Amino acid sequence: MSQFMNFANTFLMWKEGPLIWISDVLIGLTSIGIIAVLVYFKAFKWLWKEWLTTVDHKKIGIMYIIAALLMLFRGGVDALLMRTQLAFPNEHFLTAQHYDEIFTTHGTIMILFMAMPLVIGLMNVAVPLMIGARDVAFPYLNAISFWMFFFGAMLLNVSFVFGGSPDGGWTSYPPYVEKMFDPGPGENYYIMALQIAGIGTIATGVNFIVTILKMRAPGMTLMKMPMFVWSILITSALIVFAFPALTVVLAQLLIDRIAGAHFFSTTAGGMPMNFINEFWIWGHPEVYIVILPAFGVFSEVVSTFSSKRLFGYSAMVGSMVAITFLSFGVWVHHFFTMGAGAAVNSFFGISTMAIAIPTGVKIFNWLSTMYKGRIRFTLPMMWTSAFIPSFVLGGGVTGVMLAVAPADYQFHNSYFLVAHFHYTLVGGTVFGMLAGLYYWWPKMFGFQLDERRGRHAFWWFVIGFNVCFLPQFLLGLMGMTRRMYTYPSGLGWWIPNFISTIGGFMMGVGFLLLVYQIVWSVRHMPRGVADDPWDARTLEWSLPSPAPEYNFARTPIIHGRDEWWYIKRGKFEQEFVEPTIQPIHMPKSSGRPFLIGLFMFVAGFGFVFEWYVLVVLGLLAVLVLMAWRSFEFDYYHHIPVSVVEKTEKALGRL
Amino acid sequence: MRRTRRWLKTGITSAILVVLLTGCGVQVPVLQPKGPVGQEELKLIVFPFILMAIVAFIVFALFAWIMVKYRAKPENEGYVPPETDGNTLLETIWTVIPIIIVVAIAIPTVIVTFKLLKPPTPTVAAKSNTNPNPSKQTVVIYVASSEWKWLFAYPQYGIETVNHLEIPVGQPVDFQLTAIGPMNSFWIPALGGMEMDMPGKDLGLWLQADSPGTYLGRSAQYSGKGFAHMTFNVTAQSQTDFEQWVKQVKANSPKLTATEYKKLLQPSTVGTMDFAGFVNPNGYNGSMSKTGMPGVRAGMPIPSDIKSTGDSSTGSGSSSGKSGS
Repeated sequence: MSQFMNFANTFLMWKEGPLIWISDVLIGLTSIGIIAVLVYFKAFKWLWKEWLTTVDHKKIGIMYIIAALLMLFRGGVDALLMRTQLAFPNEHFLTAQHYDEIFTTHGTIMILFMAMPLVIGLMNVAVPLMIGARDVAFPYLNAISFWMFFFGAMLLNVSFVFGGSPDGGWTSYPPYVEKMFDPGPGENYYIMALQIAGIGTIATGVNFIVTILKMRAPGMTLMKMPMFVWSILITSALIVFAFPALTVVLAQLLIDRIAGAHFFSTTAGGMPMNFINEFWIWGHPEVYIVILPAFGVFSEVVSTFSSKRLFGYSAMVGSMVAITFLSFGVWVHHFFTMGAGAAVNSFFGISTMAIAIPTGVKIFNWLSTMYKGRIRFTLPMMWTSAFIPSFVLGGGVTGVMLAVAPADYQFHNSYFLVAHFHYTLVGGTVFGMLAGLYYWWPKMFGFQLDERRGRHAFWWFVIGFNVCFLPQFLLGLMGMTRRMYTYPSGLGWWIPNFISTIGGFMMGVGFLLLVYQIVWSVRHMPRGVADDPWDARTLEWSLPSPAPEYNFARTPIIHGRDEWWYIKRGKFEQEFVEPTIQPIHMPKSSGRPFLIGLFMFVAGFGFVFEWYVLVVLGLLAVLVLMAWRSFEFDYYHHIPVSVVEKTEKALGRL
Repeated sequence: MRRTRRWLKTGITSAILVVLLTGCGVQVPVLQPKGPVGQEELKLIVFPFILMAIVAFIVFALFAWIMVKYRAKPENEGYVPPETDGNTLLETIWTVIPIIIVVAIAIPTVIVTFKLLKPPTPTVAAKSNTNPNPSKQTVVIYVASSEWKWLFAYPQYGIETVNHLEIPVGQPVDFQLTAIGPMNSFWIPALGGMEMDMPGKDLGLWLQADSPGTYLGRSAQYSGKGFAHMTFNVTAQSQTDFEQWVKQVKANSPKLTATEYKKLLQPSTVGTMDFAGFVNPNGYNGSMSKTGMPGVRAGMPIPSDIKSTGDSSTGSGSSSGKSGS
């Protein structure tokens, strides 16, 4: 008994008090609930056959999005806990330690496990459909990427109730995160969760570069690709060049922590600044990895709902390429105050300001696309409209202000900075991904989301967002720094903080309304009317909603940009490579990607607690599974013509 | 004359900003700087803000007009939008204008970035005859953050303080920053921008207070549980009062012993303290060398040794004690 209590106190953290107990009970109940539902509907087999083992890019995309929305909930709860703590001065709702853990998991989850999977989910769903492909180039690898991400995310979330969450901030600067100052397992969780998910992400980058370069339908030259596909091509390149830096820096930190090395320690020649440089060499491109796909979505949405061609297509492509190159040359602006010297700071200040130029070009091109259009304010268009002012304020005005190195000495690490990056990440990425989610929802599920309920969610979220983050610019100028778990009264910080908290909860209401809208729409919205509900322009809308497993019964031949729009207008004729339907070559489902993810989790868990038996077992299992794949030759099948014809008939296409 | 006008302009703009932002009586130290460094930085906050605000205003106006004018209404049901691919002239214009704006902001950025490396011009002449080290006109202060407190040393005067600073008004102060333990960031928003302090590094920061008063300083870089409490008051007073204070500390405060010093390096939060010099003459000789805090590089044990041998009574919770190396 005492042995159990010892275990419970050390690993389950029962001594931490009611917050943990409640979480334990809730997690237990949720797990029981999920299992009960699966048993009741005898759905285990369905779950395994249709989802866990799938290599279909559409289903993988949907799983990414579901996971991302769950993580948005988790990260959002973290945010509301923080805002509750900061609503009043000298509050002690959370202890310092709890607050430190919560802001760390909030940042880590929102960027790595919410924004990233939302982006990757949408690109999985849309890109193959937009380029006339039947799947991504490496469907099996795609499944591995997903399960690596999923189990990485699970590993970080387990930390909350088993062993303790990381408390070094999402940027995790040494020497604080060295074992000397931060002993517990929390920081190891951070390292392993990001490491596992990050390796999956690199594979995704490779996968989509190859998919886009090699699998476009005949006729679709690079400059005839939809803008979203361009944005994903560029994002994938960014991933492939940036993420290895993260992999290396996390590995170094892990070696420091579990093997007593001195890469980033303060003694024996270690150099903490190296971590910070390496981290931001990944970290700044990462910002563009999550924002460029949003730019791609806006380009599609603006053009579709204005019923107009995208204005300045080549300039849009050029500006994205420019942003990509510049994004690798600005990382020092995350630490102007670290004494790199005036020449270095000047260089990185100017390179940062230069990014405003291509970004400005994009904004003006979107406005010109809308100009003389006929703008339909549907939900995707509304989220796009909310993006433009938010991003001009967050990325444009305050972004340039922060790039001015001497001024940054006053902004750095203050709430001014916090407000700035929330304006870009929420106002840019989240709004963009929600616009994309609404836009492609009919394509994913075959029905639309209810407009009226969606508008309620929209207004609550967008107004709440501004109420939450506008006062934070002021708080920064008043001298409040990020990551303070409490603040004294008498500095005038209370009112802006209180307003900010109100805004935070309004965003929470917005999120709940969004969930309600989805649930309501699942139950009540009419099915089978959503093949091309937006009168859209690109290839995916020529398909049934949802698209069949093989996407295209016959491979289309592309004539130009906005192919589907001009087919509908009679300017292009619909042509196919194959005169009649042929057997379709498709990859087979496999349970191994799931198992690889699971065993990576086991190995990662072993690293966290330095239980090397688990590490060896986990990694060995992964190796065996990989070897098994190497000797597999029967990994594809052909869908016979009769089945394709039957499916197409049922969809009313023949 | 031109300078005055410029100051006036900056002053008025920032005053408007302050009023707009805060209503009444609230302190916004970044916008109400009390020294030349902060004022220099304020100019570089206001100028880009105005330029960018103009751009933002144009975008917002265009955006609002387009949204209202071209929205789908029943009246324009049959309207077919024109097919426009682009417009080279327009696209050139909105590429060139931002380039001009960036250049306009970049020039003062570079100038001030280099300027801030040099000490600001004193507004009050230093009384070199009372200065114990006449070769140095400015006050040098060694700053070191430790888990979770600020240690300050005045090498020219041979005194140390914890969690509070006294500086002469109108004189540039040469802060030499280092850290014992995790890094922090030394920030006195009313006087000027921050600089990080890191173990094994000496980073410099010039600040100067032009009017007497007490200003709040804090750490701006998260360093663990006690980080939010790493605040200190900076009292700027006349040279005479400052030297009076130095004399008082020398006369009335205890010496900083090795035991006391070790205790200060343990993770804890403490109040303010004064010390009349470091007791170990080898560890600290009051010279002008940039050695950081007494003992960090001169004979005192390095932090990891202190941590592994230190008692945990002063440490608190999970972040204390244990050595990893």
